[in-house]
Amino acid sequence: MAVWIQEDAKVLVQGITGKQGKFHADKMVEYGTNIVGGCTPGKGGMTVELQGKEFPVWDSMFDAIKDTDADATVIYVPPPFAAEAIMEAADAFDSIKGEGVVVCITEGIPTLDMVKAVSFVNNRPGVRLIGPNCPGIITPGESGGAKLGIMPGHIHAKGRIGIVSKSGTLTYEAVAQTMSIDEGQSTCIGIGGDPVNGTGFIECLAAFESDEQTEAIVMIGEIGGNAEQEAAAWAAENVTKPIVGFVAGATAPPGKRMGHAGAIISGGKGTAEEKFAAFEAAGIACARDPSELGSVLLESLKKAGLR
Amino acid sequence: MQKSVSALFKGGVHFPQFGGNMNIHEYQGKALFEKHGVNVLKGVHCTSVQGALDAYDNLNSKVVAVKSQIHAGGRGKGTLYSPEDRSLVMEGGVKIAFSKEDVEKYATNILGNILVTIQTGEEGKVVNNLYIESGCDIAHEYYLALLVDREAKSVLIMASTEGGVDIEEVAEHTPELLHKVHVDPNAGLLGYQARDLALNLGLKGAAHKSFVKMLGKLYNMFVSNDCAMVEINPLVRTGDDEMVALDAKIGFDENASFRHKEWEDVRDLSEEEDVEIRAKETGLSYVKLDGNIGCLVNGAGLAMATMDVIKLYGGEPANFLDVGGGANEEQVKTAFSIILEDPNVKGILVNIFGGIMRCDIIARGVIAATESLGLEVPLVVRLAGTNVEEGKAILAASELNIYPADDLAEGSQKIVELISGGDE
Repeated sequence: MAVWIQEDAKVLVQGITGKQGKFHADKMVEYGTNIVGGCTPGKGGMTVELQGKEFPVWDSMFDAIKDTDADATVIYVPPPFAAEAIMEAADAFDSIKGEGVVVCITEGIPTLDMVKAVSFVNNRPGVRLIGPNCPGIITPGESGGAKLGIMPGHIHAKGRIGIVSKSGTLTYEAVAQTMSIDEGQSTCIGIGGDPVNGTGFIECLAAFESDEQTEAIVMIGEIGGNAEQEAAAWAAENVTKPIVGFVAGATAPPGKRMGHAGAIISGGKGTAEEKFAAFEAAGIACARDPSELGSVLLESLKKAGLR
Repeated sequence: MQKSVSALFKGGVHFPQFGGNMNIHEYQGKALFEKHGVNVLKGVHCTSVQGALDAYDNLNSKVVAVKSQIHAGGRGKGTLYSPEDRSLVMEGGVKIAFSKEDVEKYATNILGNILVTIQTGEEGKVVNNLYIESGCDIAHEYYLALLVDREAKSVLIMASTEGGVDIEEVAEHTPELLHKVHVDPNAGLLGYQARDLALNLGLKGAAHKSFVKMLGKLYNMFVSNDCAMVEINPLVRTGDDEMVALDAKIGFDENASFRHKEWEDVRDLSEEEDVEIRAKETGLSYVKLDGNIGCLVNGAGLAMATMDVIKLYGGEPANFLDVGGGANEEQVKTAFSIILEDPNVKGILVNIFGGIMRCDIIARGVIAATESLGLEVPLVVRLAGTNVEEGKAILAASELNIYPADDLAEGSQKIVELISGGDE
């Protein structure tokens, strides 16, 4: 068992008829993802060809989920319409199945749209939102697997390391590092770096902790906010599996700014040093260089008697 | 906590996790306040000394404030320097004038000179705009801010009786004096929330009513204008128990620019770095730094990590540059030319983890750029991910002086070595 998305999960693609949506849906099918169709308002009834196969398109997420019993959806809808696409999917999953995973890849959604969308999703507790502005979520299989997003599928392999990250390409770096010590991944989750997003670090850590396939965790943070600090404090109390961490942005310069309001919300300034310190205080093994994530992970696995 | 993050950076930079904010001047913010029914004093925006004198005559107020307009806080305690020789011109970027002569003196000392405040960095900003504002009878100064709280995922309103001072000090030493209200996006700002905040500020009678009315209007303005932050410091209670905004710091969420064409009228490009604007136009995120190793990376997180590792091996990054997820040959070329505009650059590290982006395309772009730009500094290229073998083969086959690297650590070490070798 992996986290949230199983290897054979039935997946819909919102915005499947758009350029981005079609391109990535094709790559998802190529990887082995069980795509069952897509949704684009106004394009219902047509089909889209992915990897030489035709896939149906619905006008409405309600119809798409009713007809396919889909488990999850990936959103490649442009920013002006993306928040509504999230809410449509959440409403449909909640009404029809009481559960579902909504992955939003779109970058550039207005923050106040996301405030509304996240509140809407949170009122439907069976629905999980991942993203927006993220690479998505992938559960590698024995052959193929479920790739819900834009990550390069071929760098992954099925295994026992859970990865959670705010950043896109840095997640790929972490995947490559696990591979460099012959470890595969259970599930890799890009939670996205937008100010207001869905699933956070703590929910991912909790899911990895209770997932049998996952035996160790890699957590990649970035400067800004205090989600990493809170996750570290939570992990110290609740996570028994080894965690390896990295935070990007240690050299980001303090510079010009306007107003003071942001700096005083939570007290902390969200610097990399603050976050590394919180990681270390929580017993998370830190790499100061992402190229060392592999060796730090190997050491942690040995220490835990897993290698 | 969008703003505290961008607080660490130059305003308006597109690191994805910061969102980008577009800031406006105080005088533009006050016009927006007025439009939405938030009390402000009478004021006039001007760009010349004569304009300031005319404004003084028009305002017909014995006392006026002469205020420098730049996109940074701390103006009152800032210092003005001459752009020619950086000699001191005047202490204070916001001045109270008691006569027309004062207005002339202050306007002359401010316009065209460089204002350095705690938020501008040492280089400061040239002041091209002035705001001349009527005086008022101040009974007490408060602090008020609205912004998006990324942890609570909602709009946060903060207010304090300790206005007109450094609010970060208040937050640190007397947090009990900072009152917070989170607004449920579905319910909007509720009457009791505004009333409770007014009570916490000790406002009674007419002032209480004035505050509650103003806060409702401010919240509506915040939402309908896609603000990222509104800060009023100070918000004042006048002798007549009216609540009036004496300052206005407003930032918009740039992600919402597609539905706010009116922002083009208030955008002040002179407040943004020219090269950063050009980078943005080609879909690149670029921030100039003080070091000598240029970086070209895909993805903001990886770009930051690349800077970190360069520093870890004893080098100093010259820039942050994210070419994005799907860069083409042309963008890679533009990225190189932007990096090379910086005369401090002594070497370049390219770090690409190809996902959507294919390494062979990047390799061709790198070669095309180095050839057409006549690259003279050492170049280390680290490629990983999609089509990495083809990419490496293309680089290896070229006659150019390109050093390959297999991982970020090796690439960083190599570029640091090459640069220090060149100095000897």
